[in-house]
Parts: sequence; structure tokens; C-alpha cells
Amino acid sequence: MEQLLGFAVPGVPYGCAYAVFAVGLVLTYRATGVFNFGFGAQAYASAFVFTWLVEDHAWPTWGAFVLAVVVLGPGLGLVFDRFLFRRIASTNTTAKIVTGLSLLVGIPALLPMVFGNANLVGAPSIMFNPNTVYVHLGADVPVNGMYLSAAILTVAMLVLLVLLLQTTTLGLEMRAAVESRRLLELEGVNAQRVTATAWAVSGLMAGLAGVLLAPTEATIQAPDYITLMVAAIAAAACAALRSMPIAAVAGVLIGVVSLVAQGYLPTSSVWYSAVLPALPFIVLVAALWVVPGLRHLDEATDPLSSVDPPPPPPVARVRGREIDRVVRTGWWLVLGAFAISMLTWIPRAWETVLNQGMAYSVIFLSITLLTGIAGQLSLAQATLAGVAAFTAGQLAMHAGLNFLAGGALGVLAAAAVAMLLALSSLRLRGLGLALMTLAAALLFDTAIFPAQSVSGGTGGLSIASSWLGLPLLAPDGHAYFVLALCVLALCAAGVTMVQRGTIGRFLSAMRGSEIGAAGIGVNLPWQRVLVFALSGALAGVGGTLLAIQQTVIAPGQFNYQLSLAFVVIVVTAGVGTVEGAIQAGIGLVVIQELLQYAPQRLQGLTFVLFAIGALTYSAHPEGIVELEKRRWTARAERALARLRSEPAPATASGRS
Amino acid sequence: MTPPVLELDAVSAAYGPYRALFGVSVTVLEGATVALLGSNGAGKSTVARVASGLVPVTAGRVLAGGVDVTGKPAWRIARAGIAHVPEGRGVFSTLSVEENLVLSLRRRAGPRALRHSLEQAYLRFPALAERRHARAGTLSGGQQRLLSLAKVLVVPRKLLIADELSLGLAPHVVDDVYRALGDVQRAGTALLIVEQSIDRVLSIATSAVVLDHGSVAYAGPATEAADVVAHVLAPRGRPQGADGAMPAEPRVPRGRGWRRSQTT
Amino acid sequence: MTTPAPLLSVRGLTKSFGGAVAVSDVSFDVAAGESVGLIGPNGAGKTTVCSCIFGQMRPDAGSVRFCGRELGRLATWRRARLGIGRTYQRVEVFPEMTVRDHLLVALRVRHHDARLWRDLLGRSAPRADELARVEEVLEIVGLSEVAEVPAAALGLGTCRLVELARAIVAEPRLLLADEPSSGLDEHETRELAAVLGTLQATRGMAVLLVEHDVFLVDAVVDRAIVMDLGRVIASGTFGEVMAEPAVRRAYLGVP
Ligand SMILES: Nc1ncnc2c1ncn2[C@@H]1O[C@H](COP(=O)(O)OP(=O)(O)OP(=O)(O)O)[C@@H](O)[C@H]1O
Ligand SMILES: Nc1ncnc2c1ncn2[C@@H]1O[C@H](COP(=O)(O)OP(=O)(O)OP(=O)(O)O)[C@@H](O)[C@H]1O
Ligand SMILES: [Mg+2]
Ligand SMILES: [Mg+2]
Repeated sequence: MEQLLGFAVPGVPYGCAYAVFAVGLVLTYRATGVFNFGFGAQAYASAFVFTWLVEDHAWPTWGAFVLAVVVLGPGLGLVFDRFLFRRIASTNTTAKIVTGLSLLVGIPALLPMVFGNANLVGAPSIMFNPNTVYVHLGADVPVNGMYLSAAILTVAMLVLLVLLLQTTTLGLEMRAAVESRRLLELEGVNAQRVTATAWAVSGLMAGLAGVLLAPTEATIQAPDYITLMVAAIAAAACAALRSMPIAAVAGVLIGVVSLVAQGYLPTSSVWYSAVLPALPFIVLVAALWVVPGLRHLDEATDPLSSVDPPPPPPVARVRGREIDRVVRTGWWLVLGAFAISMLTWIPRAWETVLNQGMAYSVIFLSITLLTGIAGQLSLAQATLAGVAAFTAGQLAMHAGLNFLAGGALGVLAAAAVAMLLALSSLRLRGLGLALMTLAAALLFDTAIFPAQSVSGGTGGLSIASSWLGLPLLAPDGHAYFVLALCVLALCAAGVTMVQRGTIGRFLSAMRGSEIGAAGIGVNLPWQRVLVFALSGALAGVGGTLLAIQQTVIAPGQFNYQLSLAFVVIVVTAGVGTVEGAIQAGIGLVVIQELLQYAPQRLQGLTFVLFAIGALTYSAHPEGIVELEKRRWTARAERALARLRSEPAPATASGRS
Repeated sequence: MTPPVLELDAVSAAYGPYRALFGVSVTVLEGATVALLGSNGAGKSTVARVASGLVPVTAGRVLAGGVDVTGKPAWRIARAGIAHVPEGRGVFSTLSVEENLVLSLRRRAGPRALRHSLEQAYLRFPALAERRHARAGTLSGGQQRLLSLAKVLVVPRKLLIADELSLGLAPHVVDDVYRALGDVQRAGTALLIVEQSIDRVLSIATSAVVLDHGSVAYAGPATEAADVVAHVLAPRGRPQGADGAMPAEPRVPRGRGWRRSQTT
Repeated sequence: MTTPAPLLSVRGLTKSFGGAVAVSDVSFDVAAGESVGLIGPNGAGKTTVCSCIFGQMRPDAGSVRFCGRELGRLATWRRARLGIGRTYQRVEVFPEMTVRDHLLVALRVRHHDARLWRDLLGRSAPRADELARVEEVLEIVGLSEVAEVPAAALGLGTCRLVELARAIVAEPRLLLADEPSSGLDEHETRELAAVLGTLQATRGMAVLLVEHDVFLVDAVVDRAIVMDLGRVIASGTFGEVMAEPAVRRAYLGVP
């Protein structure tokens, strides 16, 4: 008993940290309708600023607290509301998730750019002194200030928030605003202000959580906060994103159980090395399977959505004939010029970069297919690419298969994993599905990819050009470029054909209304499995291409953060069209390469840029590429019209 | 003379590229009951939405009680005493029946009278009393409709706009609703009603506006409206959207994919 | 003496939601080509019955047989392919799809030929017969003029017609129509009645019509079933059931 307590009590602060974050997540979700993946990042920002002010600039603790928590916390929330979430239609689940992800990707990359040093040490405590022992439980289970602060904070926050949401009018209005801001306005309530308040409260909570939990960690690092988020997401899922008390209890339990297990399990066992770190994801997957509430997330649609005009059709479908002809010819010319340049004058370094861009484009096409055409959100596309790459790599190393055979098997493996993923989440959709795929990605990251037998350990798998069977593909020839170009063209054509064909129509019906689609006889489960398999295969093709190009593959190239970033990048660029994916792929590597020349401090800028892209995206869910295309097409059409109305006889006769 | 409760002055409105109203003028005098008629897609709902600020106007003015509210957010117009029951579902499905009522009665009635007006709502519509703690999303379609009407029928306002008033309601509930309408009418509330059962609404209306393809085809006393309606609607009587639903500049998708063989 | 097995046969259907009984022990038949009205006050359980027949809700007890086949736990999409069509009380259109595409998709599904290779080879453009059928239905329902407009740009009444057209384009043997006339005015309702009558006469389509519009029910149905509080309280011809005191009390509110 004594021993159990001894293991359990140190788990309390971790558990409370999870609980506080989980409660914050549930609050934000219920009060704003957004599953705020950026909550951890917000907390990190406040903790960072707080510590930075106190330690580096000798501010008084209270002053730093006011600035970091009372001003910065709600301020960030308000900024998010004003510039991102306010502009997203409440029915657009994908946009809400992706924008939340862009915060998760963007903020931690942004902070070091603003403040320099990324790792601060010695966060001050504002409640009990963390190292003073205040009470003893039993004979020798000391309870120090850290535990006390964490427990008190958790309980206080929980009670306050439950009261706010369930008993006050403001809480009622917040819950109503999530469902329909417009219907709430018809009641005479300023819904914008209600939502802004909800974001401010959520931001305050994030700031408070961040600052109060900072002393539990020795250093303040973004990855710690993200790990914290994962456990918090699991706890929130246990509560079906509804009940804050359950979320809190689940959070505490996850913290305590993992420390108790750590205490009892033999350190050499597989349980200790592989299962324990994966505990939060296992809890998350289990919750997604068994908690019924998670199947009905975001089901309440805005009753007034019929007030919105329909989204504009793709520009390629509605532009005038002349412009269409010019654009199509233009594309072929650009493609030809690109191919010739790559084969002739482009420096080797840039050829490598662009090759990589094409490999990314293929991976991105898998997102176009899955999210753009089928409306399903997967946060495990990089993982699927990794599955194919590692399978192909291992087959090459051990079975001596060349890239064609090994790659094909790898692609099959990725498709199979994707299919399994789809089968295991048939009853989930929207956010639930996104969480399931996220859990899968995390499982692969912690338990499978790092294994010696999969990725060859931390060093990664080195792929000598000889195993390719085609020494031609060695990095210093043009063969790789030709291969990549062909594969990319084939994949792009395939996705386009699926989009235009019967399956594309079925998927678009499914995206429009699942009830309606099932009602005319569309086999929804099969469509889902099929599109996941296809998308997994595409990601696998891209992963294999990338592996050949990189010659060394390590787990870091396929981790879940990349999956998130991929989704954000593709969706903000334009997920509805094939061009969007290709432009995102090329754009990503080009920007990254250009940033090599920028000062060290701006290294994280790529992700920040794409997160900034979210600003445009939130107002134009069709994506930036599509938006710009529309703008330019409109300009061209106007110019054309002006040209026509001119009484220049030469052009007039020439046209008619 | 008091200014009209609501005046649409040559209002045009559009949903993005889809134009819906072309210079529509509608006036609702204090205490009057106006029936808004027209075939499918004529623009009745759009008029209602423009009046309550849900859809912005592209030309013309909207006046509420003589005050220009063009371009004002919907909540300001609602606070000016104009209630709008949208067509279809008009309730928060994630909130309970009682929470739905509270949300809407609280501001009107004030905290003290809240209990009282809640009781009144339940008294008038007993079907809701049985389900007061149920989530509104689990009510049947007609019960949801009833709830959205109960929200506005208990406390009189300046103007009540009801879109597809009796949609989905069983006959005897329609009677209840019309009885309640009579009460708020007597209490001085002006009514602007869109209703599928034309005779019924004309029997309580003082004047009528008939819309056709987004323009006013008739505006005048209710007694003569029935003829006009038969005249305007009967020959077509078909959903149309020719001018109404077509984009301002025709942007009909060109032949591609599934549309390619259309011409063959 | 063997009477032909009814097209749809519902026996002892019961469904409750956490204690509250929505449908209790409902039994009825619909013969092929027959149209049956299902009427009753709000909250009587009509929509719930439709959902149980179509597999969108699992009944707690009771059986649903269609064409002599027990449907059991069959998924909705399988029931649709057996020849049941449905329209919804709350419209379920595909917002970004044009009206014509709605019908083309429904037709494609019915002949279940979605083949990946065909899509990849670009061989899945609509065939002439499909287009002709779609035009025909668009004409019948009166949607030709808006064929190229996405559903999100249509008013509520038109969306209902789109749903109806989508359901009948695949020529179901049974149509579950949940309040098809709501949002249509009197003239349009009359046309709807004509459309349903034609379909029934020419294609032998059976209709289970849930409706509050007494005119439409009277014009369309051969037989009516009245429900109240989850039970069947009367059945017979429309005139007969409307004459029953229990029905008048529950439905029309006349004491
Ligand atoms: N969200 C929207 N986006 C684009 N166009 C729309 C939208 N809503 C309605 N319209 C178009 O505007 C016109 C007027 O529609 P409205 O809904 O006002 O008609 P209505 O008279 O209320 O019809 P109903 O009787 O069907 O409700 C119609 O042509 C319709 O197609
Ligand atoms: N998901 C649900 N959870 C709880 N109760 C429900 C649910 N769905 C329906 N009910 C209840 O079951 C009863 C029957 O509902 P149903 O929708 O079948 O009525 P209906 O006869 O179609 O009424 P209406 O004419 O208003 O459409 C109602 O009392 C309703 O509140
Ligand atoms: Mg309308
Ligand atoms: Mg119903």
C-alpha cells in the first residue's frame, strides 16, 4: 500500500497537468466548437513568456503573471477568434480541425523566432513552493508544494468552468453559438461577442495552465507541451469531449497509472519499453472504440446554413473557353520547360530539391484524394508513407529486392495499413476519425518505427544505390527525375480520373450527406475503405520515391508532426484540385531551400508561413491556389471583355 | 402617424452570384398582418431573411420602425423587436427544450417574468411540457417546429416574421398556433407570414404581397389576393429558378467529365 | 387460397428511446403498387417507423419483411438497392452537387457499377440512356430549369423535389415519403399528388406517405393508417379513418 502510494503520488502532478489540459480542451470544444489542437501551444507561449520575463528580465513574478496570463492568454484566444475561427463556417469541420492544427504547428515554431532561446530553465512557481514538503501521507510519502499546487489548480478550474458552462447565461449562449451563431443572433444576442468571450476564457485557461505547470518540468520545451497535449486529448476523448469532470478524472488516472506501472514493471520488459510510452495513444484508441458519444461529434448542423451561398465551383470548370485554352496550353509549356530545364541547366542542388518536391507532391496527392474528394481527414499520411518506405528498405536489405518489387510491396503494405485504419474507424467521422488516425500515427512513432528491426534504430536505414537494381537512379543522374516525373504524372492523372468518375461522384455524395448517400444505396463503409486504401497506396508511392531520393531513411522523416504539417499545407494550398497538391509539394521544398540562406533564427519559418496561410484559408476554404486562380481568371476575363468591346476591327474579325 | 414597423424599400438581394430579389418593396404597418405569398423559389424566405438581417441587401433600404437598419447585424434588428422564425428547423438541437425557451424568453421577459412566461409556453403547448428536459434534437420534426414557434408566441414583440408557419404541424396544432397568433395580434404585434395554406393565412391577413421570380407581383388588400395568387401561381405552379437562381453572369459549368456527353 | 405476399410487411415494430416509447407494436402491410398514408399527430412515431423500415434505426423488437425477405439488421444501403427509396423530413441533399448529378448518381448506384478501372480509364461518363432517364424524371418533377444549379442554391421546397426526384429516378418498388409536401403551396401540392399518382399507375410503385396535408393524403392514398403515441389507432380508407372518433380527437383535435 505504502509502495503503491509512493508510486502514485508523484504521478499526481502529471495527471493534473493532463487533467487541466483535458478540461481546457473540452471547454474550448463545447464553448467554441473547435477542437483546439493549439491549446498546448498557447499554454507553452504563456509559460515561455512568463519564465522569460522573470528569469531573463527580472520582472516581478506578479507583473510577469499579469502580462503572460491575464493579458497574453486571452489576447491569443481573441486573436485566434478574430483572425481565424470567426471566419470559418460553423459547419466546416475540416476547416476547424485544420486551423487548430496549424496553430499546433505554427506557434512553437514562431516563439523561438520572436524570443530567440527556445529552452528556458527554472520557471518560478506562483503557488506553493514546489520543493517544500507540506504534508506526509503515511510514513514516507511526502507531498510537496508541486503536488499541492497541481491538485488545487485542477479542482478549482474544474469547478469554475463547470459552473460557467452549465449554470450561467453566458455558458448557455456559448453552447448555443457553437451550433448556430446566426440562430443565436435572431434571439438578439451578439453572437460574435459570445464566441470571442469563449475564446478569451479558453485562452486564459491555457495561460494559467501553462504557467502553473511550468515548474513541474525542469526546462520549458515545446515538445513537452505537445506530449502533454496527447495525453490530454486521450483524457478528453474518454469524456466524449462533453463532460469536464470525467475528462479531469481520466487525465489524473492516465498520469497516476503510468507512473505506477513504471514503478512495478520490470525495466527490461517490452511492456516497459514499448507499451508504457504508448499508453496515452492506447487509451485514445480504446476511447474512440468504446465511447459512444465520440461517434456523434459535430452532428448538430447549423439550421441556418441554407442562408449561405453554395461554395463556388472549381475555376477550371467555369472559366471561359479562350482562357481555358490558354491556361491548358500554358501548363503544357511550363511542364515542357520544366522538364528541359531540369535535364539541362538547373544546378544539381536545385534538381535534388525539386526531385524531393515531386516526391512530396505524390504524398500530398493522397491528401487530395482523401480529404478533398472524399471529405475524410487523416492525420497519418506521413506514417503511411513511412510504412511503404521502411518495408521497401527492409526488403531491399534482406531479400535483395530492387526498388520496383520492393516498392510495390511497400505500397501494398501502406494500403493495407490504411485499410485497417479505415476498418477500425468505420463508425467515426470528422474529428473522431482525425483523432483515430492521429493515435495510429503516434503509435507507429513510438512503438513501431523506432524498432531496430523496422528502421534500423536511430541511425536510420541507409539505402545504397546498388540495391536499387538500377544504379541509374543514383543521385547524380537524371534518371531519378524522369522516374519521379512519370510517377507524379501517373498519380495525378489517376486522382483526376477518380475525381471525375463514378467513384468520385459517390464520394462527393458521401461528403455532402452520409444519410442521403446511404439512402440512395451508396455502400458507405466500402467507399471509405476503398478511398483509404487508394490514399494509403498513393502515400506509399510517395514515401518510396522519397526514400530512393534521400538514400537514408529515418523515423524522423515520417513522424506525426510531419503528418499534421502535410495536412495543413495541402489543405491551405487547396485540397480540392490536383494542382493544389503539386504546388504545395514544390512550394514546400522551394521555400525550405530558400530559407537555407536566411539567418539561423528563421529556420522554423516554413511552418510559420504555412500557418500564416491558414489566415487566408479560414476565409477561403477552397484554398489559396484556387483563390488566386479565381482572382486571376476574373481579371483575365475582365481584360478579355474590355478587349472585345474595343472597336478594333482587326481583333474583332480575327475572332469571329 | 407612427412609422411602419418594417419597410423594405426597393430591396435587391443575392446569395453570392445567385440573385434572388429585384427591387422588392414591402411595408408592414403597426399591428397589421401581411401574408407573403409566391411559388417555390419566388423569394419569400429571402424577404424574411433580409428583414431580419440574415441576408445582406445589395440595393435598397430596410427600415424598422422608421430607423434605417440596412446592413445592421441580425442581433441589433432582433433587439429592435423583430422576431424571425426561420423555415425548417429553428431550434438549438444540442440544448434542452427548456434551455431553448429560456434563451429566447429571458431577454424579452426579464429574469423575474421568466418563470411566468415559461409556464405560459408550457400551458399553451402541452406537448413541450412533457419533454422539457429532453434535448431539442430528439424531438420529432413537428415538435421542433412547435418549439421554435413557442419561443416567439409567448411574449409579444413589435413584429413577428414566420417563414413556412405551419410546416410539419398536425392539423390541431395548427389551430393552436393560429389561436396563439390571434392573441399576439391582439396584443399589438404586427405579423409577416409565409404560409403554404393560402386560404388560411388570407383569412387572418389584412394585406398581402405576392412575389414572383424575386419581384413583387401584387401588393394590396388580402381580400383580392386570392385571385391574384391563382392567376400568378396556377399556370406555372412549378419550381422555377430561371432568372432567380441563375448566377448574375451565367457560370454554368462547361462540359467536362460527367457532363461531357450531355450534348450527345 | 393464397393471397400474394405483401410487398412490405411490418410486424410488432417497437422502438423506444431510453425509456420513452416512440413506436410500440406497430403492424401493417403495404401491397405492391398500393399507396398507404401514415398519419397522426406530431410525435406519434411516423418518422421513427420509416427509419426502422429503412434500417436507419434499429427497432427494439418486431420484424420488417420486404418482398418476402426478412430485412433484419440489413444496412440502409442494401435496403435501398433492394428497391426502397426515401425522402426525409429534414432534407438530406448533397449541397455542392447539381440537381442533374443527384439523379445521375442515384441511377448509377442502382445499377451498382462503380469500377475503379473504369474510372481510371475514363469510361464512366453517363450513358445516353441514363441521361434520357434523368431528363425524363426532371421533367416529371418539374426541375428541368434548375438542372445545373447546385442544391445549396435552391430554396427549401425545391430541395424537397430534388430529394423526391433522386428517390424515384431509380424506380424503387416502395417509396417512403416523409412529408413531401411541406414547403410546397397548394398548387404545387396538387402537382405532387399528380406525380405520385402517375408513378403508381405507370411504374407500379408503392408509396408509404407520411403527411399532414389532408388534401394530399386524400388525393393519393388507397388506405390510411393512423398512429398516436406510437400505436396504430385506426386503419381503413381515408374517409373511414377520418370518421372515427378516436382519430378526430387525437389528430384533428375535435372532441
Ligand atoms: N443559400 C442560397 N444560395 C443561393 N441561392 C439561393 C439560396 N437560397 C435560396 N436561393 C435562391 O434564391 C431564390 C429565392 O429563394 P427563397 O428560399 O427565398 O424562395 P422561397 O420563396 O422561400 O421558396 P420556398 O417556397 O421553396 O421556400 C431561389 O431561386 C433560390 O434558388
Ligand atoms: N433520437 C431520439 N431520442 C429520443 N426521442 C426521440 C428520438 N427520435 C424521436 N424521438 C421521440 O419519439 C417520438 C416519435 O418521433 P417521430 O419523429 O417518429 O414523430 P413523427 O410522428 O414523425 O412526428 P412529426 O409529425 O412531428 O414528424 C417523439 O416523441 C420524439 O420526441
Ligand atoms: Mg422559403
Ligand atoms: Mg416526422
